[in-house]
Amino acid sequence: MDFNSFILMRHEMLLLAIILILVVAEVFTPLHKKTSIVHLSVFLFGIHTAVGFLTIEYGSLFGGMFHTTALIQFFKNVLNIGVLILLLQSADWIQEKIIQENRGVEFFMLLFSSLLGMYFMISSGDFLMFYLGLELSVLPVAALAAYETSKRISSESGIKLILSSALASGTILFGISMLYAMSGSIYFNDITNLTATSNLSILGLVLFFSGLGFKISLVPFHFWTADVYEGAPISIASYLSVISKGAAIFIMMILLFTVLKPLMQIWENLIYVIAVATMFIGNLFALRQQNMKRFLAFSSIAQAGFVLLGLIIGNRLGTATIVYFVLIYIFSNLAAFGVVQAISLKTGKENIKDYEGLYRTNPNLSLVMMLALFSLAGIPPVAGFFGKFFLFTAAASEGYYFLVFLGVFNVTISLYYYLLVVRAMFLRTSDNAIPYFKTKLYMRMGLLITVVGILILGIYSPLYDYIYELSKIIY
Amino acid sequence: MDISYIILVPFIPLAVFILLGLFNQKIKPAVSGYIGVLGLLVSSSLSFYAAYQYFFVSGKMDGVYQTFIEKAVWMKFTETLQIDMGILVDPISVMMLVVVSVVSLMVHIYSRGYMKGDDGYTRFFSFLSLFTFSMYGLVLATNLFQIYIFWELVGVSSFLLIGYYYTKPSAVAAAKKAFIVTRFADFGFLVGILIVGFTTGTFDFETLNAVSPEGGSLLLNWASTSFMGLSVITWALILIFMGGAGKSAMLPFHIWLPDAMEGPTPVSALIHAATMVVAGVFLVARLFPMFYFVEDGFALNIVAYVGAISSLFAAIIAITQNDIKRVLAFSTMSQLGYMMLALGVSGYEGHEGLGYMASMFHLFTHAMFKALLFLGAGSVIHAVHSNYLKDMGGLRKYMPITNITFLIASLAIAGVPPFAGFWSKDEILVAAFENNILIYCSSVFVAGLTAFYMFRIYFGIFWSKEKAYDHAPKESPLSMTFPLLFLALLSIVVGFIPFSEFVTSDKIGFEAHLNYPLAAIATTVGLIGIVLAWAFYKKENSLSDKYANAFGALYRWAYDKFYFDEIYLFITKNIIFKWISAPFAKFDRKYVDGTMVGIGNKTVWTSEKIKGLQSGRVQDYAFSFIAGAVVLALVFIYLWTN
Repeated sequence: MDFNSFILMRHEMLLLAIILILVVAEVFTPLHKKTSIVHLSVFLFGIHTAVGFLTIEYGSLFGGMFHTTALIQFFKNVLNIGVLILLLQSADWIQEKIIQENRGVEFFMLLFSSLLGMYFMISSGDFLMFYLGLELSVLPVAALAAYETSKRISSESGIKLILSSALASGTILFGISMLYAMSGSIYFNDITNLTATSNLSILGLVLFFSGLGFKISLVPFHFWTADVYEGAPISIASYLSVISKGAAIFIMMILLFTVLKPLMQIWENLIYVIAVATMFIGNLFALRQQNMKRFLAFSSIAQAGFVLLGLIIGNRLGTATIVYFVLIYIFSNLAAFGVVQAISLKTGKENIKDYEGLYRTNPNLSLVMMLALFSLAGIPPVAGFFGKFFLFTAAASEGYYFLVFLGVFNVTISLYYYLLVVRAMFLRTSDNAIPYFKTKLYMRMGLLITVVGILILGIYSPLYDYIYELSKIIY
Repeated sequence: MDISYIILVPFIPLAVFILLGLFNQKIKPAVSGYIGVLGLLVSSSLSFYAAYQYFFVSGKMDGVYQTFIEKAVWMKFTETLQIDMGILVDPISVMMLVVVSVVSLMVHIYSRGYMKGDDGYTRFFSFLSLFTFSMYGLVLATNLFQIYIFWELVGVSSFLLIGYYYTKPSAVAAAKKAFIVTRFADFGFLVGILIVGFTTGTFDFETLNAVSPEGGSLLLNWASTSFMGLSVITWALILIFMGGAGKSAMLPFHIWLPDAMEGPTPVSALIHAATMVVAGVFLVARLFPMFYFVEDGFALNIVAYVGAISSLFAAIIAITQNDIKRVLAFSTMSQLGYMMLALGVSGYEGHEGLGYMASMFHLFTHAMFKALLFLGAGSVIHAVHSNYLKDMGGLRKYMPITNITFLIASLAIAGVPPFAGFWSKDEILVAAFENNILIYCSSVFVAGLTAFYMFRIYFGIFWSKEKAYDHAPKESPLSMTFPLLFLALLSIVVGFIPFSEFVTSDKIGFEAHLNYPLAAIATTVGLIGIVLAWAFYKKENSLSDKYANAFGALYRWAYDKFYFDEIYLFITKNIIFKWISAPFAKFDRKYVDGTMVGIGNKTVWTSEKIKGLQSGRVQDYAFSFIAGAVVLALVFIYLWTN
């Protein structure tokens, strides 16, 4: 492996190096100094994120197993930003954990390993690499979901995740083997003879799609979502709903738009059905939730339904709108989860009812939450509006008017429950409102970045043009 | 010419606004006044430097003033249709920079004295800065869309400042009225912009104004699409002028301006006399080539007549009003009418473009002396705590500086040589005389009326009989008299600027000559007005009442502003609210709301019914996962392989 290939795999190599550094540091740090590893992790990952933005050339390695394009690099950077924000938001929690229980540094290794898996997954050039990346991205998260060993619900969440994802992996493998049977190759470039009229192709496609749909929590493969989110630590729920989902959507888009393109007339109908089901089920369940984490879980299912509107059109416009939407979604959802995290960390309260009167006592947190929810609901002029607006116009440009109508209808439903939370915070008063507290520095930085993102991304229009430019070459 | 530093001009007031707005409570009032003045001083210096550079050093190339543009793409719709943000520097925008800077700076200084001790002192200065930022942005705009954005921003700041005394119901009502009426007019403006964008594919002034009299230009091709007898572009221009008429208080959108006098007097001087209200005139001037060339200037004719009628109409009302600020408000409307009609009768090239130049000249001089009049009125109001003529009289002994400066301004607006108003008004009358004799006659009559009503209030305030004051009125502090003196000086000297060499429609310039016979007529008419006012109002006598009674009904009509407000109220309340809105509201509540509530209830009901699906058991989840996948696979295989 020469230097050139190192450059191509820059993201992966650097992250791997960070993981190894952390392992060594963990071993050689005395017990009472373990909290410094948190600073080290954030620092190293910050550098890693910054380095990711340096432009380099693109190409493929290992006979096509691994490849990069401008869009893939960009998306890795997007994931990095998301993880960085997430790290900032969870740093305080981990520190507390380390002090109380003398353990917890593995959080970073596991999180980074999972991210590494995602890098490989979205850079993959054949189904083997794709599958390895996928597994690497899921397994550490299952461990992380069960991170709070003292809590039964956390273990339950971990078990549920690992069982469900094993099932999903099985389905994906089964699907891949069908596709292999059709074409005799697992390399994306060599799979050419898929036809929409063969049983095998359709079966392969549907099974493959179901498995990935599990990761994105599309209906009817979504059932694990709420239970796992509720039980898992908030950081992990946040990670699953933002980073993991974003990466899965991205690779699904790449595969559908390139390898599985011959089956487009199948998958566009498949997506149509699933999009409608996902939007409706996600929204209808979100209506009834009392727990903020479950609430955000179902809201994220509904959001995934909206993304499918960009996926269905299968062209460059779709690619650009999806990437743009995911970028904005990362900021919005991380802001919402960040506030939930901050409040839960301080008071242990996680129910919508506990948020009543929050504006009086903690105006800043309430404003962040309000911005986040407005962005998720798609109210102009915050970024979320533009994300949804572009998705809808993209779908409408290919004539999916009824689907867009259903999408808009679902936005209306979602508006209702997002505003329920806003109402609780701003209009309700409560005798036992959460008292005022000051968020720690890391958390404040994490929230600040999301707020800036929510306010700026939508209005800063060159960004979309830039993404559209990158979308020229998807694969 | 490097124009990049001009970008700072609007941004400094913006920074001041943000600073004062964010730290409203934490900044001491005295400090915020200084910050406001200081910020504007920097902006003004830059503006003056820019004006010097442009007019005297590097603006001219081959005898023609060039247009300099610096911009960045903000939103892109198609290859050609895009919205830019940037600055455009040409003679009128530089002239407007100077006007806004001078008046705003004077008003800032003046306000430090006038608003002293007011609760919202800092808030006041932050709003002033917001307004100044918006106005700078408006005059520097490079395209229709950008001008529209700043157009609305000045509207908002005007709204905020009229309603500054928000505990006073009349101020709140006036602010709302100003906002709603101008917004209504702006609706026309927006539709006009969209039509232009749709038919021509661009918003850029530079492209839109690239019209040549020889024809064959792009614009004339676009103008061929006809709608109801007029070309689409003409319709667009009429709609755009509707927006301009709203801001510049032309008939029939003038009703907000007199009420806007509820705001603090410095605000009236800045916004409702010198800067914001001329935005409509500026807009027409900005699009002048379009107005002039499309369909032989059909839209321009409308501008001319609306201007002339507004001018006459306002002057008649001004005679009868007793609130001195309202007299000044109607006077402003009347003078704005002058500017509009001058544009309306103007030609394009060389000496033909006299009207255009005269309009801009009058805009310039009027800004100086009308701001002075308002600030003088503010000084008087400050001293006697009333807006009404009946509470004033004989003040010349107590307020010598205010007296002299007010007199200078009155002479300037009455068109007495050698004061500034004489020169610019003379050019307008010449332009009108050369093109439309009807409009000329009306304008001369208005000149007489102007002299009469101005000296009516002048004599009423400073001469007449002394009233029983609670405490002896005294001259205002230096912070207020300094702007008066400075503006008085300007009101004398700016008339001598050879404007026709700098600001003309073709940007080449020509030599303007005084037309002695016409000047003599105008001056005589003005003097007659002054003498009449002297006879009526120098001493308190019953002469004025006698004449008022003689005119009877006409006087009442004018006093009640020709019942325009009542007509609007009748139309909105009795026709629109009662016969259109009420039935719609009922339909909405009963059927539309009913349906929506029904859908909402159904949604919640469904949500309740399906909650059992989420059982919490992994085996159930696995079952639905597999079942889902299998069913989907079977359905698609069945549908596509048969």
